[in-house]
This record gives sequence, C-alpha cells and structure tokens, in this order.
Amino acid sequence: MAERPGVLVTADGEVFRGTAIGQAGTTVGEAVFNTAMSGYQEIITDPSYAGQVVVMTSPHIGNYGVAEADDQADRPALAGFVVKTMSRRPSNWRATGGLDEYLTERNVVALSDIDTRRLTRHLRDRGAMPVAMGSDADSAELAELAASAPTMEGQDLAKNVSTKSSYRVGAVGERRGRVVAIDLGIKRDIIAALNQQGLDVDVVPYDASADEIAALSPDGLFLSNGPGDPEPLTATASTINRLISELPIFGICLGHQVLGLALGASTYKLPFGHHGGNHPVRRMGDRRVEITSQNHGFAVDLWSLTEREAPPASGLASDDLLPASVETEVGTLVPTHQNLNDGTLEGMRLVDLPVFSVQYHPEAAPGPNDASPLFGEFMAEMGLVS
Amino acid sequence: MPGRRDIHSILVIGSGPIIIGQACEFDYSGTQAAKVLRAEGYRVILVNSNPATIMTDPEFADATYVEPITPEVVAEIIARERPDALLATLGGQTALNVASELSRTGVLEKHGVEMIGAGLDSIDKAEDRGRFKEVMEEAGLECPRAGYARSMKEAVEIARDIGFPIMVRPSFILGGGGTGLAENEEEFLEIARNGLHTSPVSEILVEESVYGWKEFELEVMRDRVGNAVIVCSIENLDPMGVHTGDSITVAPVQTLSDREYQEMRDDAIKVLEIIGVATGGSNVQFAVDPDTGRRLVIEMNPRVSRSSALASKATGFPIAKIAALLAVGFTLDEIANDITKATPASFEPSLDYTVVKVPRFDFAKFPSSSPELGTSMRSVGEAMAIGRNFPEALQKALRSLEVGRSGLLGDTHSDFLVAFSEEELLAAIRQPTPERIYAVGEALRRGWDVEQVASESKIDPWFVDQMAWIVEMQPEIATDHTEEVLRTAKRMGYSDRQIAHLRGEQETVIRRARLQAGIGRTYKMVDTCAAEFEANTPYMYGTFEDESEVPPAEKPRVVVLGSGPNRIGQGIEFDYCCVHASLALRDAGYESVMVNCNPETVSTDYDTSDRLYFEPLTVEDVLSVIDAEQPEAVVVQLGGQTPLNLAEDLEAAGVRIAGTSPASIALAEDREQFAEICRNVGLKQPPAGSATSAAEAQDVVDQIGLPVMVRPSFVLGGRKMKVVYSLEELAEYVRDIYGEGDPEVVGNPILIDRFLESSVEVDVDAVYDGHEVLFGGVMEHVEEAGVHSGDSSCVTPPPTISDEAMKEIVRGTNELARALEVRGLLNIQFAVKGDEVFILEANPRGSRTVPFISKARGVQLAQVATRVMMGSTIEELRAEGLVPRGELPQDFVAVKAAVIPWDRFPDEDSVLGPEMKATGEVMGIGNDVGVAFAKAILAGGRVLADRGQVFLSFADRDKPLGLAVAQAFTMLGYDLVATTGTARYLSHHAIDAEIVNKVGEGERDIGERLSNGEVALVINTPRGGRARSDGLTIRQAARRHSVPCVTTIQGGLAVARSLRAGPGAITKPRSLQEWHQT
Repeated sequence: MAERPGVLVTADGEVFRGTAIGQAGTTVGEAVFNTAMSGYQEIITDPSYAGQVVVMTSPHIGNYGVAEADDQADRPALAGFVVKTMSRRPSNWRATGGLDEYLTERNVVALSDIDTRRLTRHLRDRGAMPVAMGSDADSAELAELAASAPTMEGQDLAKNVSTKSSYRVGAVGERRGRVVAIDLGIKRDIIAALNQQGLDVDVVPYDASADEIAALSPDGLFLSNGPGDPEPLTATASTINRLISELPIFGICLGHQVLGLALGASTYKLPFGHHGGNHPVRRMGDRRVEITSQNHGFAVDLWSLTEREAPPASGLASDDLLPASVETEVGTLVPTHQNLNDGTLEGMRLVDLPVFSVQYHPEAAPGPNDASPLFGEFMAEMGLVS
Repeated sequence: MPGRRDIHSILVIGSGPIIIGQACEFDYSGTQAAKVLRAEGYRVILVNSNPATIMTDPEFADATYVEPITPEVVAEIIARERPDALLATLGGQTALNVASELSRTGVLEKHGVEMIGAGLDSIDKAEDRGRFKEVMEEAGLECPRAGYARSMKEAVEIARDIGFPIMVRPSFILGGGGTGLAENEEEFLEIARNGLHTSPVSEILVEESVYGWKEFELEVMRDRVGNAVIVCSIENLDPMGVHTGDSITVAPVQTLSDREYQEMRDDAIKVLEIIGVATGGSNVQFAVDPDTGRRLVIEMNPRVSRSSALASKATGFPIAKIAALLAVGFTLDEIANDITKATPASFEPSLDYTVVKVPRFDFAKFPSSSPELGTSMRSVGEAMAIGRNFPEALQKALRSLEVGRSGLLGDTHSDFLVAFSEEELLAAIRQPTPERIYAVGEALRRGWDVEQVASESKIDPWFVDQMAWIVEMQPEIATDHTEEVLRTAKRMGYSDRQIAHLRGEQETVIRRARLQAGIGRTYKMVDTCAAEFEANTPYMYGTFEDESEVPPAEKPRVVVLGSGPNRIGQGIEFDYCCVHASLALRDAGYESVMVNCNPETVSTDYDTSDRLYFEPLTVEDVLSVIDAEQPEAVVVQLGGQTPLNLAEDLEAAGVRIAGTSPASIALAEDREQFAEICRNVGLKQPPAGSATSAAEAQDVVDQIGLPVMVRPSFVLGGRKMKVVYSLEELAEYVRDIYGEGDPEVVGNPILIDRFLESSVEVDVDAVYDGHEVLFGGVMEHVEEAGVHSGDSSCVTPPPTISDEAMKEIVRGTNELARALEVRGLLNIQFAVKGDEVFILEANPRGSRTVPFISKARGVQLAQVATRVMMGSTIEELRAEGLVPRGELPQDFVAVKAAVIPWDRFPDEDSVLGPEMKATGEVMGIGNDVGVAFAKAILAGGRVLADRGQVFLSFADRDKPLGLAVAQAFTMLGYDLVATTGTARYLSHHAIDAEIVNKVGEGERDIGERLSNGEVALVINTPRGGRARSDGLTIRQAARRHSVPCVTTIQGGLAVARSLRAGPGAITKPRSLQEWHQT
C-alpha cells in the first residue's frame, strides 16, 4: 500500500507532518499526550477519551498487536490517534491481529511518523488544545478547523459514551452483593474488577434517577470514569446528592469529580491533564506511594469549599497544598490521596459516611496494579467483607 | 529531616579491578553514592583497589583506602575508622561477598557496624539457588522446575517429572563444563551420565530448559517503607541461553502487552519483598515462554548491577545515587528527580525513545577460544545508543562499537557475508556469536522470511521484522537519490558512511548532499518523563526529527570526546581522564560538553559535564554535535585511540583541536619522522624498520637481526603485537596480519623493532605547556620489555634505574616534548639496559597510566593537561594550586598490577606477551616495594599459601635469573619442586629441588599435586616458539585448581619480595589522605 501523507494542525497553528494510517478523512479533537509505554489498545478504547486526539509519547506503538480481552469498550470513542512509529508486524502470543488494521476497522483516523515529542512539548507548554488532523487535507483547511473547534470546557461528552439502557454483569465466583454503576463512560476492566469482588454490577445510564437506582436496592453505588468536563453533569451530581446518605459510594476519575460537585466543590481544568501509567500518588494516611494509571483533564478543587486560596506550589509536593479537611452538607470531607508530581487532589472521603473516591484508575488497564486493593476497600465500606 | 541521624559515618566498598562482568559501572555507582552521602553530611570511608576509578580520587571521600578488598583488610579498615554503617550494595559482587563474610564472621557486630541496603539474610536468599527457589515458590512465583540428582535413577525420575527439553548442569564445575541440553531421553541419559561423572561431588542439576525463551529484566527501587518503583524494563534481543551481559538488550520492553508487563512488574516488586531488600536497587530477571506467556523468575541481584548502570543511562534516573539516599533512610517521595527538580523520585520513568545496548567482545585477543556465546559472560565492554525508533538505535549502537561496522550491513565489514552459502548463513543465525546480528541482517537482505529467521535464531519476530525493515531499504538507498529517501534512511539510523557505501560514493559527498537538503541532526533530551515536565539537564541524543532541543549556551563550550566502549587496551583509565578534563573545563569557566556512548562510565553520568551527548564516536556523529554546539575547541587526547582516530577528519572539517595538533600526534606515529627527531635530539632507538610485505619484512630483519618485535601501526593495546625469534615465524606473522582484511590493519605498515632482551621498560607521563615539562612520574615495569605495558606490573618510583639512566630519561622527555610541540599530555616508553636508555615510543596523549600516577603523586595530571590545552601555563596552574609547588611529592612506593580474564577463557595459555590481555588493574601502596607488591598481588585476587611447594620450570634463557627466584623461595621456607631440566640446573648451583613428573608422565605428577593442593605457586616461564605444550598443560592445570601461576622471572622475584614483607604488612591499611599528608 502506498503511503498516504498525513498532517496535524493545532489550534494555534503548529503544523506536524507524517503518514496517515487507520481511517481516511479528517478529525477534530482536543489533543492530549499519554506517557504510558504499554496499553495502547486499552487507551484507544477507553471511553474517557471521547472527543480527544491521543498522542502516544512512546515511540513504537502496535508491537504486541491487539487482543479482544484488552478492549475497554465496544468501540473506540476517541477522535484521533497519533504515534511516532506504527509497528509493521506485531508479535505476541495473545495477539489476534495488528493495531493498524484494528484502527482501520474501527474507523479511527490516525497518524504515524509524527514528531510526537515536539507535539507533546507544545501541549505541555501551551496546554491541551484542539487540533485537526487527517489525510487528504491541506494544512490551511485543518488550521481553520482546529482554530474554530470548541474546547473541552462545558462539553457534555459523557452522554455520548454512556449506555443507553441498563444491563447487568454477573459476579465472578461466589456472589457477595450487588452494586449499581453509573456509566459515565465506564471501562470494562472496572466492571470486571467489581465482578471479581463477587459483585453483580447493574450498569445504568448517566441520567438514571435516584429512584431508579434505589429501586435496584444495591449494596453500594459506583461512579464510573468518563470523558471531559464534569460540570455539565449536573443531573448526575444531584442524583448522587440524593443518594449520598443512603448508599456507600465509590467513585473513580470522572465519578470522583462528579462526587466532588455533588458535595459542593468546584472543578477546574488542568493545563494538560494527567494521562499515563507512572503517576505517583501518596496516601495521606500512611504516606505510602502508589504508582497509578491516570487519565483526566479536570480536577476537584477542595479549596473551593473553604474561605482560603490554594497556596502556590514550590519544590516537591507537600500536604499543605491541600486543605487538611473541608466541611460539606453531609459532614467533613478529607483528602486521602495526593499527586506527587503537582500536588493535586487524587482521592477524598467523607469522615462520617462510607463515601470515597479517587481521581486515578485502580483497575489499571492499562497501568500498574498498585491501587487494586481499593475495590476491596469498597467491599468493606459496603459491609460485604470484614 | 529524612536522612538517618543515628549514622554518621559510612563505609562504601568498591568493586576492585575491572574484570569481565564487573566493569566501570561500579565506579559510576560508587562515585554517585560517595558524592551524595557526603552532600548529606555523612563521613564517607571508601575502599577500592582500583586506581583508575573516579571514586578513589581523594576529594570524593573523607578517607579513601586504595587497598585490597579482602575481608581481612576491610576488617582492619573498620577497626581504624569505626564506621557506623557499611554500604556494600554498590560495589558489585566483590563488595557483597566481602560484606557477607564480615557479617558472618562477626566483625560487623563486634565493631557495631550496621549493614545498610541489603542485609546478610537477603544476600543469602538471593544467592543460594536452592533457597531462592524455595522462597519464590512459597510466595507463589514460579521458577524453572528443577531438582538435584546424585544417581541416574534420581536423574531420570526428575527428568520425567519435568519433561523435555532439559538442561543438565554438573555441580561444582567452573566454567560450565559438562553442561548440556537434552531434547529427549536418549540424549538426556548420556549427558546426565557424563555430568555425574564430571562433577567432583557426583551431583547434577536437572532443570527445565528455558533456552530460547524471551528474557526480560526489571530494575526495581525500594525504600524502607516499602514503596517500590520500576526504573526501567529491559528486553533481551538474544533470548535465554546467552548471558545478559553478552546479549543485545533493548529498553524499554517492546513485545509484552500491558497485562503481561504489569504482572511481571507486580512479581518483580514481590521478589524484592520476599528477598527482604530493605532499601535500594535490585534487578529481577524473568524468562517468558513465547508461545504461552508463562513467566518464570530466573534470578535477582540484591544490589546495583551492570543492568542498573544501563538503566540509569537509559532513563536518566540515577539509581546508585537514589539507592544511597534510600539506604540512609530517605523514602522515594522525599527525593527530588534531579532532571525535573519539581517531581519526586517515586515515579517510573517514561521513555519516548528506544535504547539499544550492544556488547563489545575481544575474542581476537583470545584466539584459542571459540566465540560461541553462552551462559558465561565474555564481553569486555558495551556501547549504548538512543534513537527515536529501534532501527535507529540499533544502527547507532552497532557503529558505536568501533568494530568497523557502520550499522546493520551496508559497509565493507559486512560484505563478506554476501559470499556465505545458505547453509553457512543458517548456521550463523542459529549459533549466538558476536557476529550473529549481521548474519541475521544478511539473511533478511536476501529475502528470507521473517518467521523463518525468527524461529531459527529464537530472536523475537518483532525484532527480526524491525531488522528486515532496515535492510529492505538498502536497494532503494542505493538507487533512489531523492531527498525523501535520504531522510527516511537517516530516520532508520543509516550513517552517511553506509549510504555512501551503498551508492559507491565518498562519505563527504553524502554529508554535503544531506546538509544541502536540510537534513541535519536534531537533538532530543533524555528527561525521564517523555517531555511531560520541563527538564533542566541537557542530556541529549541525536535523531532526525522536526525539532531540536539544544538549549542556548551561556558560556563558551569545549567538547570532550570520550573513549567509547571498553575494550582490552582502552578501558576505564581513559574515561577517568575525560571526566577530569570535564571537571577542569568547568573550573576554568567553560561549559563542558561530553560525547560518549559507553553506559558504564562516569563520563556518561548526566551531571559530570554541563552537557552530555550520548552519541557514537564517529566523524559524522561528532561533527553534528560540533555543528550544534559551536565549541571553542575539542579535546581528543584523553579518550584513547577512539578520539585520536577522528582528529584529522575533524580538523579537516575546520574544528579546532585543543592542545597538541593532530599533525604532531601523527608525527609521533610516523616511524621515519620520529626516528629523525630522535636522531636530532640524540636519543637512541632500537634498530627498526617497517614493511608492507613478507619480503620487505625479511629485508628489515636481515639488517637489524633477531629477535624482533612486530606490530601493525595505529593500534592500541598491542593488538597483534608479537616477539618473533625466527624468519619462519616472521613470514607466518605477516601472512596472518594481511590475510584477515581487517580494515584497521590493511594499508598500515607492519612495524619491526629489534627486541632488546633483558632490558627494563620504563613509562613516563608528563605534561608540557610549551615552556615547562611537568613530570607526572616514572614507572618501572616489573616484567621485561616484550610484555605489553598494560599487562606488566609497574613500580614508582623506579627501584632499579640508575641515576645516569634517569638523567637520560628526563633529558629525552624534555627534548621530545619540545620537538613534538606537545601541548598537554605526553607518554614515553623507554627501555633501559644498565645506564643505556633506548626510546621505544612516544605518544603525545593521555595514557593508561595517568590515573595511577596521578594517585601515586597526588596531582591531577589530566586536569593539568586540559588546562594547558586551553592555554594555561604550568606556572599559572601552580599559582592556582592545581599543580603543587616544588618537586611532586613521592611519599610512598606504588605498584600497579594487571588483572587478566584467564578464568573466562579456559582454553587460552596464560602467558604474558606483547599483546595486551588485561581488563583491569589494581594499585598497592606501601613504604617499601615488598609491601606495595604484596598488596597489589592480593588486590589482584591472588592468594598464596604461606607454606607448601613452589613449582619451578624455567626456559633456558631464564635459568640464570631463576636461581635468585629459587633461592628466595627456599629462604622463605617453601619446598621446591621442578621439572627435570630446571631441577638439574638448580642442583648444579647447589639448590635442592625435587624432580616432579610432567602431567601424565608417571606417579604423583604435577597435575596430581596441583589438584590435591600441595602446590602453593607455579613459576613457569615459557620457551619461545611453539614448543610450549608441556608448559601450557601445567599452566592450565594451575588455573583449573586456582593455584597462582607466574610466567616471568621478574614476576617470580616480585612475589618473593612481597612474601618477605610478611603477612602483617598487607593488613596495615592507610588512606590516600594520610599518605599524601606525610
């Protein structure tokens, strides 16, 4: 096959040239870079990337092919995919095919042979921004598309990736209980991790009402990951607000942010987000560090629940970059986890209610398994294990 | 604060001489540790017998002991210094062994010394294979299935249980003898039977074979609270069965899915927990079945290792430095990442490039040994390269090796493969050797199927396909001269030289075309974080991308060219000089820019220089760095032959060479011009000539007489150098040299010198600034001229040189420094016979002895030389304090002894000759020659029993001097045994020696005596020519039974002298700081 030239243009006019792969055509999305060195298939199928163009910093992508078990959703939700080098021939006993064909089959517009480091540095210095990219397009055209593209703020993306109707996934092994998972863009491995705990999981749409959820009489409520800005999810936040004193709650990623909104905190956009598998997170209690998988562009601002301003960061992250505790309508909320790269909030919990959340991904997929015990903690909060 | 305050002083043990498997990576780790621990306020006491290390420079520790690293000596140091803690995890296996011993024998407890990093129990668990397997399996981790058998019945039972293929390893056999792979029961029965017979304890290990499985290593850091991070993942291109030190390796892992990788990561962290590594770095090795993904734990090292050095350089994460901080109680989140400053060390580096390490071998030095690679490591060095993809990194690594290759094929060196038959090629692909990678390339070039090449070589198809991608381009490169193809070729790592070769052009033509087309190198930063955070440490690599990240410079820059991969003849000594050049340049207000490709070294530590370019040392790669940096000058005289070989091309390209001009360097190499200089200044040379054919060689010998010393010009380390006693030998030698077509050799004449028998060789290192010569020192060789200076022991100050001869040496050095217009270092070798002094050679550059003499005299010669190169005078440096006033101090006797890797090459004859074979060196310091010798011998790993038999067998020409040796050992109370001829000669001179049978010639032969431990020492000097097989058998038997063997009379005398110093002498350690104070 003859190589097709491909080009990417950022909203501020930087042009990157390479080779078009995957689906022909053009696409527009917010460009973010991901520093994970493995797990491209999980990233491509993570619904949290809806509306985004993912730039992989790792230079060889596709080496070990694709395997169905690694899919995190039925189809990719991301807007585009950019790599330095696409592997010609995958090699791994698990592989059932190559990534190149996988992208084509799933209509993902993608580029290879891009100076991804230059693009990453640009996004780091100027912040995540819209880009337009594709084959058969000239850069002027793409520049216009990119410049006129909306930013992530205020976009309600979860509704596009949430399930349209409820479904149940059964527990693995001995059945110990049932949870409702509000699907804001849930990854399959999260459901699997809950199932592994012996939980039946009722996955409900993002707009399921509190009554609908309560009607399922679950042991707990799980708030899933998902794409983009949490602020448009006001309905989901009020549903959570209604249930907060009724059910043990565990939230991950966007679920954590929506929980924050439900508790009255505000959220804000990070300059270029956290996307990768090497983020150090310190548990504030025992000060142990977990290496975590992360994928988010927004964060919860606990200072918004205080009268004070966030202190300026300098040197290594310290505890005082976060308030020691804040008051909410349902009692005291404390930060439990902190990102050591930038001091941002990575986890929180209500002191008097079995409600907690983390910004990162204990289910890994891809990334380290350091935080997997959190699912066991959820079980304990629900009283399903001692 | 986080660092422990109950500890005030810490003893750091180094790794001793460079040996195969334990190279300068431990200087890098020890130096990092010493620096950071001192910066944290701890008193650092350091012991290492290797003078060519940066860590033993006195300014890096509070007390520096250049002493033998033995339990006895270290115990004495502990008793003197009373450290609170012992850090042994940064000095390789040597340090770990000594620390274990001190712990086991209660020395540490007695003096209240705490082992920090890893304790005795963890070391035991990691190193005792049986215990290791047991604790791994208890924790649910799988190791290869295995069992010990003491009978055929047991062996068969175990084998049936495991299933084939099976590896059989006899117990207690050094060098892997009797080891074999059985594919079926029939093969197994034979191998097992042999194995049981071979093993002295009649025991074999019957083990599940993982030959050909994928091999991985993870570098793990763990702190005292249990936080753990993987610093780097490494995948071996050569699968299981080739020692990882001999394998081409790649970082990060390329062919594991995330799920597999994360499980391996979990296992690796669990391994550290189980072994009980309290803090620090460890590497854990895994084998993975390519067909099923089944994963086995193979081994772990509870210490910083060669792989850790590679991992540090591959990621920018300073493992040794962090390990030292963790050992004193910091946790990972309390330590800042040096490169970003703002993020902590508790993270896992993310790489946006690919790293390839390729080992460098020197099998040419060991011609009796087969270059087949296996489980015993035999590479002597390595090169690492960084690229934006695997093809680029691989090709850069191959050209970094300096073995004549410009990449994967596409050079004159690989053209011979074209003539290989399909069968030959297949065989070359199946058998791992240093050359296999090129054979794989050739097969792919011929269009062999990737799957076939992968299944025959067991190299993962992903790597094979990447190599196919490289070679598939070659026809296009040859015929299509468009910009597009050129750009793609550069991105695939092709060097200008390869492209030129493929197109039949000159390299300069390609370079010009490339630059005209705007295809220049861009430099990207190694920043630990794939550009997620801003980095302030300019650690760069070259590639062909859109954007270059070279930061603007604040000060004038000077480039220092390093010495590339270690090899025999060019090792850590040159790196030591380059590091000092960098330090001197920084002190003098320049930004120092280091270019090197050796991951083991201190020079490639990102904080040694202001800027580091991890790049191959070729004209193309270096010129690109120079284009990017626009330096004031380039230092080429400190990195050995590697940068010198580039000097003329660099100068031709308009680069200013610092110090002595390339023309002067070439002048010293030019026999005729040099001879003229010597004549002009009245220096005697041995009669000599040069030849480019056998006939010419004979003409020369007709004129100057035999014996002669012959060697090819322009090689370092005495490669192919030989003493020739007959015309027949001479003809054979010439055929051998020109027959091989080695481009380093062909076209360069063979140099022929009259060999001065029974003369003493002397080395001088000096610096000349155009006005004044600073004498570093004069070193007298122990072995006579004819033994390569790198293999010979030497002593300073010279004990036997007469005042008259010394005057001539000084005069000669002064004259030559002036005549050669030296600006910087000058090394001269003289041969002294009585009062007569002959000049052998002069090299206006840094030499192997610079670190040794710098330590012996307390002056940093390489720093002085660097400043002189940049225009300072010695007088100015005296005012600055870099050069001591008055005569350089000479407070003690220092002996340098060479360490030679005979143990890795059991088929070689352990005779010293003009071709250098040593990998490393040790230094012994004492008030007199005897003590200094005793320490050097002990530091070199030779331990002499204080009673027993000394076996003597002298060549005829050595017999007169041999009398003194025999007398000395008699007086020391040893019993003499000798071969018939030697015994007879001795009895003529009234010395009694028992006659002992040669091997296999009657009862109680020498072989038997060696094996039952009666013999304490063998002194066997080889006869010339080829009649040496008896001697060879004896020397090999000595080696097999670990009995010290000396092959020169002078060496024998030195040993006797050291024994006279008495056993107490060596156990009176003294620090360099103390020595230099007196």
